[in-house]
Amino acid sequence: MSVRVDPPMAMLAELTHRCPLACPYCSNPTELLAKETELSTEAWADVFQQAAKLGVLQLHLSGGEPASRRDLAELVIAAREAGLYTNLITSGIGLTERRLRELDDAGLDHVQLSLQGVNAVMADRIGGYKGGFDRKMHVAEIIAEIGFPLTLNAVMHRENLDDLPQTIDMALRLGARRIEVACVQFQGWALVNRAALQPSWEQVETAKKTVARAVETLKGRLVIDFVPPDYYADFPKACMNGWGSTGLNITPNGTVLPCHAAETIPHLQFEKVTDRALTDIWYEGAAFNAYRGTDWMPDLCQSCERRDIDFGGCRCQAMAVLGDAAAPDPVCTKSPGRAALDALLVEEVQEVAAPEFVYRR
Amino acid sequence: MTPDDVPYLPRGVRTQFDAVRKVDVILGPERVLVLDQVGKAVVGRLDGEASLAEISADLAQVYDAPVDVIAPDVTAFVEDLRDRGMVHVRPR
Repeated sequence: MSVRVDPPMAMLAELTHRCPLACPYCSNPTELLAKETELSTEAWADVFQQAAKLGVLQLHLSGGEPASRRDLAELVIAAREAGLYTNLITSGIGLTERRLRELDDAGLDHVQLSLQGVNAVMADRIGGYKGGFDRKMHVAEIIAEIGFPLTLNAVMHRENLDDLPQTIDMALRLGARRIEVACVQFQGWALVNRAALQPSWEQVETAKKTVARAVETLKGRLVIDFVPPDYYADFPKACMNGWGSTGLNITPNGTVLPCHAAETIPHLQFEKVTDRALTDIWYEGAAFNAYRGTDWMPDLCQSCERRDIDFGGCRCQAMAVLGDAAAPDPVCTKSPGRAALDALLVEEVQEVAAPEFVYRR
Repeated sequence: MTPDDVPYLPRGVRTQFDAVRKVDVILGPERVLVLDQVGKAVVGRLDGEASLAEISADLAQVYDAPVDVIAPDVTAFVEDLRDRGMVHVRPR
């Protein structure tokens, strides 16, 4: 292969698919893995060592809810011993003061706390978990008391995008250094609930202005990263910064994926860290090489001046909307698939009332 | 930022030698930046004691360059790190 393959920078470790919440936009696959299939503490520790030797610098401990793993502190110790920058991606549910202090002692670098809404009514409805908001706020207080650097990960969609100013205020109030205004991307459970979650064009335009203003006024106080709803964009997102270029994902049972949704592409075959060395999977695995570089691209993308900017966009989105993972991302206005995406927007957003959520269970 | 401001690396930001790529990096939440020689020299002086002016003066001496040439570059670099959330600042 002619493509030069660099080592990965970041790894997302889905420690478990278990989660007390049932958010209708969960990025986990619709077929959730059971506890019995999860990698052991020792197996994860070995993966962290392999990842660091491969070149991974940043480790994201995710799920499901990573706090559902009783060995979370041990896993953080193992990650730090491997030399990884260790970020916990959590809803906060299942974390107590004792557990947070254990994580502090274990050397956890950073906490990313998800936010379903700015009040209990909205947050508990979205999370499908009564009392979740109050517990999360309590956890946020302890996080601040301990002094963990905090990112608030606000997942935004049709129901809560209008609360964006209050959401940014909440980040400041909780002492977060950074907020991710993450508009739902339509994979996994979010795809099932797309019509209920897709914001309107007007909502998106207002949100963009709110973000632009906040970036200016809060410079030096709060870092704001904005993930826009890509159906409304003209060009696709640079998904994973290019397939197999920068990051990888490991599922609870040790399956190694180029991105968390890659299993939605039916012809790809994935390998497990329990069967093959991580470095071999990264450099030689068929799934990693399937859409790596530019050789796989259709002519439209090959000849495009944005080829090395967005890398043809998201393969899983091309699969989900067009049924062809090698097609240009249908978000791209140059793409023949754009008409299909526009038709979906018209059909789903113009309904007067959003349909009921299908909760992730 | 003013010359009297004292920049420092807050909790959750640290430097590390990346043995795979053979470069110095600064790591923070969702951020990795490769440090060149100058970047490393500046970041290495963010000890929470020295002010921006003192850091520039020190670097001017070490690199044998006029401080009014060095200071704007140092300030711009530190401000950029601050905007990315990798550096915090306290007044002296």
